[in-house]
Amino acid sequence: MSAEIEARSGPPRGARTSSSLLNDPTFRSIAIQVSLILALVLFAWWLIDNTARNLAAANIASGFGFLWSRAGFDIAQTPIEYSSSETYGRAIFVGIVNTLIVAGAGIVFATIVGFIVGIGRLSQNFLIRLLSTVYVETFRNIPTLLVILFWYFGVLSVLDGPRGLEENAFGFYLTNRGLQTPLVLFDPLAWLTFAAFVIGVLAVVVLARQNKKRQLATGERRPILWPALGLIIGLPLITFLVTGIPATIDYPTPSRFNLQGGFQIRPEFIALFLALSIYTAAFIAEIVRAGILSVAKGQTEAASALGLRRGLTLRLVVVPQAFRVIIPPLTSQYLNLTKNSSLGLAIGYPELVAIGSTVLNQSGQSIEVVMIWMTVYLTISLTVSVFMNWFNAKMALVER
Amino acid sequence: MKLNLLTAALGLSVAAFATAGASAQTLDTVKERGTLRCGVNTGLPGFASQNDQGEWQGLDVDYCKAIAAAVFGDVSKVQYSPLSAVQRFPALQNNEIDVLARNTTWTMDRDTTLGLAFAGVNYYDGQGFMVKNDLGVTSALELSGATVCVQSGTTTELNLADYFATNNMDYNPVVIESQSDVNSAYDSGRCDVLTTDASGLAASRLEMANPDNHTILPEIISKEPLGPAVRQGDDQWFNVVKWTHYALLNAEELGVTQENVEDMLKSENPEIRRLLGQDKNYGEAIGLDQDWVVNIIKGVGNYGEIFERNIGVNTPLKIQRGQNALWTDGGLQYGMPIR
Repeated sequence: MSAEIEARSGPPRGARTSSSLLNDPTFRSIAIQVSLILALVLFAWWLIDNTARNLAAANIASGFGFLWSRAGFDIAQTPIEYSSSETYGRAIFVGIVNTLIVAGAGIVFATIVGFIVGIGRLSQNFLIRLLSTVYVETFRNIPTLLVILFWYFGVLSVLDGPRGLEENAFGFYLTNRGLQTPLVLFDPLAWLTFAAFVIGVLAVVVLARQNKKRQLATGERRPILWPALGLIIGLPLITFLVTGIPATIDYPTPSRFNLQGGFQIRPEFIALFLALSIYTAAFIAEIVRAGILSVAKGQTEAASALGLRRGLTLRLVVVPQAFRVIIPPLTSQYLNLTKNSSLGLAIGYPELVAIGSTVLNQSGQSIEVVMIWMTVYLTISLTVSVFMNWFNAKMALVER
Repeated sequence: MKLNLLTAALGLSVAAFATAGASAQTLDTVKERGTLRCGVNTGLPGFASQNDQGEWQGLDVDYCKAIAAAVFGDVSKVQYSPLSAVQRFPALQNNEIDVLARNTTWTMDRDTTLGLAFAGVNYYDGQGFMVKNDLGVTSALELSGATVCVQSGTTTELNLADYFATNNMDYNPVVIESQSDVNSAYDSGRCDVLTTDASGLAASRLEMANPDNHTILPEIISKEPLGPAVRQGDDQWFNVVKWTHYALLNAEELGVTQENVEDMLKSENPEIRRLLGQDKNYGEAIGLDQDWVVNIIKGVGNYGEIFERNIGVNTPLKIQRGQNALWTDGGLQYGMPIR
């Protein structure tokens, strides 16, 4: 386009003077890009240099060396080993793991609830449709932080304390200290049971492949549910019994202050997990509904004309096509949920931002901590994006 | 939370964009602006909190007022910035406030690597524990296995970890950023124990649904010298804050009060005459008026009066002078001589 204009208005080619170099589109575009990059590099250098000089002038220590000094504070939820004599770097790592735990659990639960509610919005049953609509409209229109605070202060804080609890036979206790459940402790011999489980799963995969091949070749469908259940549940169960039940159960018991023993899920986690997944599920439900509605009605009609039942129509015809519409916006919801987990700070869930701000305040290294925050969230988000793009490419329409 | 990120981000941008070496003369800037910007606690009764009329009051607030009186002769020329524990240092570093009077513990780390300078100790404190009476706990050493509520980013959090580790006890920390959320978590039963500075415990107890149900345990597990801080690199402003503190202490020692300060101007006592600038203009050396101390005492009274008015035995907090008595009464408060 610009070349045409030049050809009409500029001096004739070949008779190029020094001033006409400026009118050369190739030269111009390269020159502009190079100078832009130069300017950016200079600006970044000036920014970094100026920051360093200002910090030095204000007698504020800088650099990432603080990551190796002793943290000195304890963390409530430590999925990996941590004590107050570990380093700041380790503390931040605990925060990253806690962020991933709540985000991962939240994504799974939000997806399940979102799909159920999204399909419920299209149900032919009036009550299910109404309930789904009420759910979506309620949670979509309340800020996330309020949902978190509602679960924490409104639901979990008002539960009874752990003192004077009546013991129950199952060993499950829901108190204002969280959910305490029995914990199964495995003996060394239990590895056989796990091995049996893995073998069972592999066998089912092989079986399913063979069945599919057979169906493609002969059109005959063989039941897979019962053999699969037998292999995945039955086989490990038998191994478990044969090896002499190599496990003990640790029940929580009331002590002076708290319930001791068993497995504890802290109320901060429960509140954040429920709030994030219930909030995000409302959006996912709308995405799912939109995806299903985007599949042309003719597809459903064609499927029922072929004699497919409603469930099969949904599974084989509608959902695969709907997925192509659903996945891209679903990715943004996953990213949103991950980033919203930083609101755990408000209720003291020890995720990345909460621990980071403690580190920031104890060490005074605000710029460095902010940079760590940004880098970590960027990395998590890009990883989720890459995975979802791969999944999207796999699900995308394959033209034949 | 948003605010913290904002403050931190602001710190980033201020540090990045400000031209180097811009450590301005704070006193001139304050005089030019016409108000003192003072960083205080978001709400700690007795130290800094707002009353029903929305006016700030408390020991730290009176220090803000005293500095304003020294500079302007007017205690009302203060702009208060309520700050959380996490926000306070970036706010001072980034020039958002002129002085931080927010029950902040003076530690070597803060005094050196954070670019802060502590101007004195306006309250000698120590960390303690509060429990509910029905637990039947009488000593902090019985707290193994307890759930402890603590504010994040404080020296309290570090002392807590050290104390339980050195005594071979376990605990579950519940770490929340704002002190009022920490208090309500404790009050609602999320924790068995609340820990913070002993003065803060006395203040927090008043906020509980039923203050009589809570006991402060006898153990004091740390030294918490609380005091006002300024930025490093501005000696004149540092001197203004430091000598305001000493003036308050000297006034108490010499018996100069809000009520009698006018009469004291006629005093023959050479020490009082020096304190009130009758013989020599000591204010000039730190860029203030000759009657700077007179203005301070007229505005807020001496240290003893500030103490009794805000946290003393006749207030709901009922705190004894203890270590905060003057050195002449066996305490630690010692005003350097003005001469």
